[in-house]
Amino acid sequence: MEEVILARIQFASTTLFHFIFVPLSIGLAFIIAIMQTMYLIKKDEMYKKMTKFWGIFFLINFAVGVVTGIIQEFQFGMNWSSYSRFVGDVFGAPLAIEALLAFFVESTFIGLWIFGWDKLPKKLHLACIWLVSIGTILSAFWILAANSFMQNPLGFTIENGRAEMNDFVAVITNPKLWVAFPHTIFASFATGAFFIIGVSAWKLLKKKDIEFFKHSIKITLVIGLLSGLGIAFSGHAQATYLIGAQPMKMAAAEGLWEDSADPAPWTVFGNIDTENKKTTMRIEIPYLLSYLSYGKFSGGIEGLNTLQEKMEEKYGAGDYLPPVKTTFWSFRIMTATGGVLILLSFLGLFLNWRGKLEKSTTYLKWMVAAIFIPYIGNSFGWIMSEIGRQPWVVNGLMKTVDGVSPNVSAGQILFSLISFSLIYTLLAIAMVYLFIKVIKQGPHEKPKEDISASDPFNAGGLKNAVK
Amino acid sequence: MQLSEVWFILVAVLFIGFIFLEGFDFGVGMSTKFLAQNDLEKRVLINTIGPFWDANEVWLITAGGAMFAAFPHWYASLFSGYYLPFVVLLLALIARGVAFEFRGKVNSKNWIATWDWSILLGSVLPPFLLGVLFSSLIKGLPVDQNMNMHASFLDIVNFYTVIGGVAFVLLSYMHGLMFITLKTTGALRERARKNAQKIYVVNGVVILLFTILTAVYTDAFSEKGVILIPLYGLAIVLYLALFPLLRNKKEGLSFTATGLIMIIVTASFFIALFPNVMISSIDVANNLTVYNAASGDYSLKVMTIVAATMVPIVLAYTIWSYYIFRKRVSAKEHLEY
Repeated sequence: MEEVILARIQFASTTLFHFIFVPLSIGLAFIIAIMQTMYLIKKDEMYKKMTKFWGIFFLINFAVGVVTGIIQEFQFGMNWSSYSRFVGDVFGAPLAIEALLAFFVESTFIGLWIFGWDKLPKKLHLACIWLVSIGTILSAFWILAANSFMQNPLGFTIENGRAEMNDFVAVITNPKLWVAFPHTIFASFATGAFFIIGVSAWKLLKKKDIEFFKHSIKITLVIGLLSGLGIAFSGHAQATYLIGAQPMKMAAAEGLWEDSADPAPWTVFGNIDTENKKTTMRIEIPYLLSYLSYGKFSGGIEGLNTLQEKMEEKYGAGDYLPPVKTTFWSFRIMTATGGVLILLSFLGLFLNWRGKLEKSTTYLKWMVAAIFIPYIGNSFGWIMSEIGRQPWVVNGLMKTVDGVSPNVSAGQILFSLISFSLIYTLLAIAMVYLFIKVIKQGPHEKPKEDISASDPFNAGGLKNAVK
Repeated sequence: MQLSEVWFILVAVLFIGFIFLEGFDFGVGMSTKFLAQNDLEKRVLINTIGPFWDANEVWLITAGGAMFAAFPHWYASLFSGYYLPFVVLLLALIARGVAFEFRGKVNSKNWIATWDWSILLGSVLPPFLLGVLFSSLIKGLPVDQNMNMHASFLDIVNFYTVIGGVAFVLLSYMHGLMFITLKTTGALRERARKNAQKIYVVNGVVILLFTILTAVYTDAFSEKGVILIPLYGLAIVLYLALFPLLRNKKEGLSFTATGLIMIIVTASFFIALFPNVMISSIDVANNLTVYNAASGDYSLKVMTIVAATMVPIVLAYTIWSYYIFRKRVSAKEHLEY
């Protein structure tokens, strides 16, 4: 039993850590590609400078995202070998396709983009960053295809004691995938946008390179608002979908023990009492849950107790309730961050329209803090999605406890857990340090040749030293 | 030929591609410690692999993904069975991957020294661990009737496998030096060639020892001798030819020679394994084979279509990127890292 708990902590921590970097990479690649496109259209050096400056953050962040991603692929086999045996036939395919279709594109064209500024024709060089951006988005698609199979398994039959794929089209047209994918991509764009908005706000407060950061903030406020709206609509689509496919997750997200009234009110706040299976001190908004669930102002939803009974009828005795409190609060934190993102970017655009943006110090200070809001939303989104699926690792097919590696000891998992946590902590510190360094330095970076110039034993270095 | 056999070949090709490509990457990483004499030379060396190392590493990730999809049992048995070596491998790859990007971003001695060590460890440990892994794989491991591997430390780390690991490290270093002679100019290029000549004999002895030990400890030569003996013969000829090639400064040919040797050595592991993918030291009945470890036919068919479409495209733009960056890297021009 101890192995399962440790393996779950490992999975949750490595995945959440990896997912700090993924959305920023997806978002920044897209925004940088837009900036470089503007550079080619407007031929304004400012946009080139923007592309290069924000590109530094992208590259640092991308490096950490890539290395923490390798663990994701390997740990299924390492910690969850029984799971891997059971679903590899279906689940492995999207992972392999991700590598073939997305990773090679990203890694090759990112090399071409970094090293190709002077070696490639301008349009071809621009195409490189767009390919990187498309690669990151495709990567998200295939990962979510794999994850959607765990949430809503489709396109398989059970044969030889394992899930075997019999319909690939069903795997990639999984409705869960098509609500989760846009939601994740919009959240990623918002993460990138709010990062640039926040850093720009900081520099505007310091009154450094005002023109440069005003330009950056304007572009990203627009992207921030559009992504925020995208998050809201795709989030709504996801909730509607969940009512049908994973009612248990949705009931837990509502803290709804008994079946709801019809029309159902939405709980803003409540005190979840898991022992007595009650939610007290509810603050409710009438009709809203019906609307969120069905897009109309009528219709009730089933509560946890009813769903538990149904599950027992179908799968035998057992506890089929996910951790209700965590699911309930994750859902609220996630949706709240989405709302705040929309409000803040709308307010920023309004201030800009009135010509007051760079003078609104209070707003700019908020925006520095707001860098963290998308991260909070992203993390709690995953927590809700994955915790709300418990006790299943593959919904209705395999329980999480049955997925763990039988030949790996708790000590081994603990060793890897400690070493990964340690290296992740060091990575996080190094990266924050680097980010702050680059932010302080600003877009007018000193040429790197300075280091080589300090070496007088080199021919070029001597020439520079004399200069 | 069955689809599962095709996928065995594809997984092998992915590993071989990884060892060939990332092999010189690892070698260049090692040479930042053993070849470069100042920071500028280190930067030149890192820049020779700058545009490529990330994509080279993807070969390993794709190999892992392909194993997961095509041979779920192999993937599950291997990755859970080699738990600790994989933890160390992952730590090394993490340290190495960020080091290239982080190293040059801050002009401080301690900062740079930290990432220099990361690059060194990250370049020595992975080929060593993969050498250990491959050689213990063909030697056989305690795999039970449920396909789970319960290996003790000595099952994985013993005289034979350690020599396998050392051989992989030395081969990678040699291959990296050849790459450096191709990609740099002046003193660095000259020194890389001289260093290769210096370690030539030691390197040859270790590889020969490894080959002899493989004949002693495994069934590879007794069972697959028909294919393996001519292949190893070819490798020996290539290695003997390497010395005159080095002396006559035939850089392209010597790089090809070390590359081919790496390909032959890696391929020989897969040839020795086939049709098994995991050999059980408990009972041959427990062996995982290409047939009992594979995914269903439908899954393999889908994957084959995807691979047949994507692999040529991937190869095309990979080759194109090497063509774009075909020029030698020198300290006189702008260095990115």
